[in-house]
Amino acid sequence: MNPIVKTVLQRLGLGLVTLFVVSIVIFSAVTLLPGDFATAILGQSATPETVAAFQRQIGLDRPPVLRYLVWIGGVLRGDLGESFSSAGGLGGGHVRTVVSLVVPRLKNTLFLASFAALIAVPLSLALGMLAALYRNSVFDRLVNLVTLTSISVPEFFIAYILMLFLAVRLPIFYSLANVSADTPLLERIARCALPAMTLVLVIVAHMMRMTRAAIINLLASPYIETARLKGVTPGRIIFRHALPNAWAPIATVIAINLAYLIVGVVVVEVVFVYPGIGQLMVDSVSARDIPVVQASALVFAVTYVLLNLLADIVSIVANPRLLRPR
Amino acid sequence: MARSVPLPEATGPLLDIKGLRIDGRSEDRWHEIVKGIDLTLRRGEVLGLIGESGAGKSTIGLAAMGYARPGCRISAGVVLFNGTDILKASEAERRRLWGSRIAYVAQSAAASFNPAHKLLDQCVEASIGHQIAAEEDAKRNAVDLFRRLRLPEPEQFGFRYPHQVSGGQLQRAMTAMAMSCRPDLIIFDEPTTALDVTTQIEVLAAIKDIVRQFNTAAIYISHDLAVVAQMADRVMVLRYGELVEEAPTRAMLSAPQKAYTKSLWAVRSLRKEEETGDEILLDVRGVDASYGTLKVLHDINVKVPRGRTVAVVGESGSGKSTLARVITGLLPPRAGTIRFDGKPLPPRLKDRDKSLLRRIQMIYQMPDTALNPRRRIRDILGRPLKNHLGLSGAAREKRTLELLRMIELDERFLDRLPNELSGGQKQRICIARALAIDPELIICDEVTSALDQLVAEEILKLLLRLQKELNVSYLYITHDLATVKAIADEIVVMYQGRVVESGAKSQVLAPPHHEYTELLLSSVPEMDPDWLDGILKKRENASLSA
Repeated sequence: MNPIVKTVLQRLGLGLVTLFVVSIVIFSAVTLLPGDFATAILGQSATPETVAAFQRQIGLDRPPVLRYLVWIGGVLRGDLGESFSSAGGLGGGHVRTVVSLVVPRLKNTLFLASFAALIAVPLSLALGMLAALYRNSVFDRLVNLVTLTSISVPEFFIAYILMLFLAVRLPIFYSLANVSADTPLLERIARCALPAMTLVLVIVAHMMRMTRAAIINLLASPYIETARLKGVTPGRIIFRHALPNAWAPIATVIAINLAYLIVGVVVVEVVFVYPGIGQLMVDSVSARDIPVVQASALVFAVTYVLLNLLADIVSIVANPRLLRPR
Repeated sequence: MARSVPLPEATGPLLDIKGLRIDGRSEDRWHEIVKGIDLTLRRGEVLGLIGESGAGKSTIGLAAMGYARPGCRISAGVVLFNGTDILKASEAERRRLWGSRIAYVAQSAAASFNPAHKLLDQCVEASIGHQIAAEEDAKRNAVDLFRRLRLPEPEQFGFRYPHQVSGGQLQRAMTAMAMSCRPDLIIFDEPTTALDVTTQIEVLAAIKDIVRQFNTAAIYISHDLAVVAQMADRVMVLRYGELVEEAPTRAMLSAPQKAYTKSLWAVRSLRKEEETGDEILLDVRGVDASYGTLKVLHDINVKVPRGRTVAVVGESGSGKSTLARVITGLLPPRAGTIRFDGKPLPPRLKDRDKSLLRRIQMIYQMPDTALNPRRRIRDILGRPLKNHLGLSGAAREKRTLELLRMIELDERFLDRLPNELSGGQKQRICIARALAIDPELIICDEVTSALDQLVAEEILKLLLRLQKELNVSYLYITHDLATVKAIADEIVVMYQGRVVESGAKSQVLAPPHHEYTELLLSSVPEMDPDWLDGILKKRENASLSA
C-alpha cells in the first residue's frame, strides 16, 4: 500500500482512540468541577427543592456513567446537545444547541489563527534559514534576541504594548477586535490586525529557532560538504540541500504552534474582546455550562490530532526513503 | 561543454603546493597536523597519497582545493592552481573553481549524496550552477557519463534516489558528478574503502578508465597500497603530516627507501601456520535464519575446533554477521541445530544460563561504540569479573591488571576513559573484556576492519598469541582476505546467505576454487601496477570465450 495512505489510516485510527480517551478525561474533569450549574444559576439562596427540580429538568440527576454514554452517543451522531444556559425557562424560551454556539466562535478562531499562521510560518522559516545562513553574525544574534524576548514576555503584555503604541498613541489599528458574523472581510482583517500581530510575536520564536537548529544540525553532513565543493552558493545550500532534509522536525514544531493558535489564544481573545472559542469556553466554565465546555474541549483535541497527522504526512512526503522504498 | 577561452596551456604544473601547513583544533588548542608539504602535479597526472589515518592525506587533498574542514585552518603555504594562489582567492572565486575546474569524490558516497534529491539532479547541479551547460545538455552529458562508467540503464539511472542504488553504483555516480564539468583535477578521497573487494574492482576500473579518457589529473588518496599502485603514476607516502618519501609508482613498489614505507609493505605478509583440530567446540548444522519474512541464512554448516580459528569470509550482505547473531542467541534460527562442546545450545539468549554466556564472547568491529564512553577501563574490565566470577576487591584488581598485561597495556590505563585511548588500544580493551571470564569461543566480527594496517597487524598478532596461550577458539568474521590468510586455520566462504565453500585454509586458497571464491580471490588488489589491467583483460577474455 502507498506508505502515505497507510500512515494516514494508521494515525487516524490512533487519533480516534486518543479522542475516545480524551472524551473520558474531559467528561471526568468537568464532572469533578466544584459547584454545579443549578446552584450557579439559581443562586445561593435557592431551596434544595428548587435545585433538585432544576437538576432533574436538565438531566443532572442521572448517574455520571449514564450521562457520559448519552453525551458520547450524541457526539457520534453529530449532536453536541443543548446549552444549559438556554434550557428550560431560563433562556427566555428558545433552546440553543451547543453547535449553534460553538460553530460561529470556532469560525472566528480559525480566521484569526489562519491570519496569524499565514504571516508567522513563512516569516519564521525565512528568519530561521537566514539565521542559519549567517549564523553567529549580528543578524543572527539580533533575530534570536528579539524572538526570545517576545516569547519570554507574557502575551497579554505584548498585546497591551501593541495596543498602546499602535492603536492609542498612533491610531493605526483598531484596539478592539469585536467582530460579528456580518462584518465584511476587509474590516475583519483590519480589526484582527493587532491580535494577529500579538500571536505572530508569540509563536515565531519557537518555529524560527527550530528551523535554524534543524538546518545547522544538517550543515555538518557530508552531503553539504559535497555541495559546497561543487561550488554551490551558500543560499542554495541552505534552501536546496539542507531544508528538504529538515522538514520533519520543523513540521512537528509548526503543528504544535498552529494548534496553540487555535486552543491557546484565550488570553489574546480576552484582551482584544475577540469572540473566539477560547472565550466561549472560559465563559462556559464559569457559568458551569457543561455541554459547551465539553464540546469546546473536544474541538481542541481534534485540532491537535489533525495537525499532528498533518506533520507526520509532511515528514513522509519530505523523505524519499519512506515515499519510495527500494 | 566548450571552454570559451582556451586555458593558457601553461608550461608550469597544474597544481603546485609549497610549504603547506595546516592546524587542527582539539581540546581547545591548535595542533599542527600537516607540517610543511610540497606537492606538484602535472596536467593529466595521477598522484597517489598514501598513509595511515592521521597522516593528513584527506586534509592535504582538501587543501589542494583551498578548503579546510571546520576545526582545521590552513596556517601557511601557497596552493597554486593554474598559476594562481587559491588560498588568497576570495570565497566566490574559489567557488567558481570548485565543481568546475577542481572536483572532489568522497569516501562514503552514501553519505555524500543528498538523500532528498534524485541522482541526475545532483549530477548536473555543478554544470548548471556554473553556467557551463544548459539543463538539457547537462542532463545528456550526465547520462553519457553514466554509460561510460558502466552504470546499469544509464537513461533511467539518474531518476533514482541515492538510497535506491547500491554502494558501488553510488561511488561511480559520484565520479560522474565530479566529471560533469570536465575538471582539470579530481581529488579522490578513499573512494573504494567502504566497498567490498568484488565491487571495488569494478569501481577502480571505471575510475581509471574515465580519468584516462578525459586526461584528467587526479590526486588519489588511500590507505591501501595495492589500490594506489593500480591508479597512480607517482606515489607520496605520508606520516604524521610529513612526507616520508615520494617516487614513481613502479620505483616505489620495487625499491621502497624508508623503513616506514617498508613496514607498510610488510603488513600483508603475516601468515599463520595452519593447524588442524580434532575436538569440535562449536557445531552449526543446517541453520536457517530470517529477519521477518526475509530469509537470510540457508542451510549453514560450520564447525569450529577447540583452540583454532575459523574465518568466515564474504562480502557485505552475505550473512556473516547474521550467523554471529544466531550463534550468540540474539536471533533464534528458523531451523537447524547448534551444539556447543557436545551439548545442544538453546536457541534463545534468555534460555542460556550464565556459565554458557560466559563461554561464548564477542568482539565488535567498532571499538568506539562497543565501549561505554562514561566508564573507566577499570570498570569496563572489572564488571564481567564481578558478574561472572564474583571477584571483588584486591582479587578483582589483580585480575584486571593481569588482563591489561595480557593485551600489552599497563596499570596506567586503569583510570582512563575510552576516549583517551587510540583505536588500537580500544580494540585491545575489547579483547581483554572478552577474555576476562575465560571464554572458550570468541566471535570476532570484523575486528580489524576499522583499524590502520599496522595497528591491525598488531591486533592480529595479539589474537594469535592469546590463542596459543589460552587455547581459545575464534570464529573470525571478515571481508578481507589478507586477514584470513594471516589468522585462519579453516575458511568458510559465504555468499548470499549460503556457505559456498569451506575447509582447511590451504585447501580453500588453492585451486580449484568455487566460482565465487575465485572471484573473491582474484578481486583482491595486488602490489603490481599491472594487476588491474591484467585481471580485467583476463575476465573479458573469459566472458568472451564463455
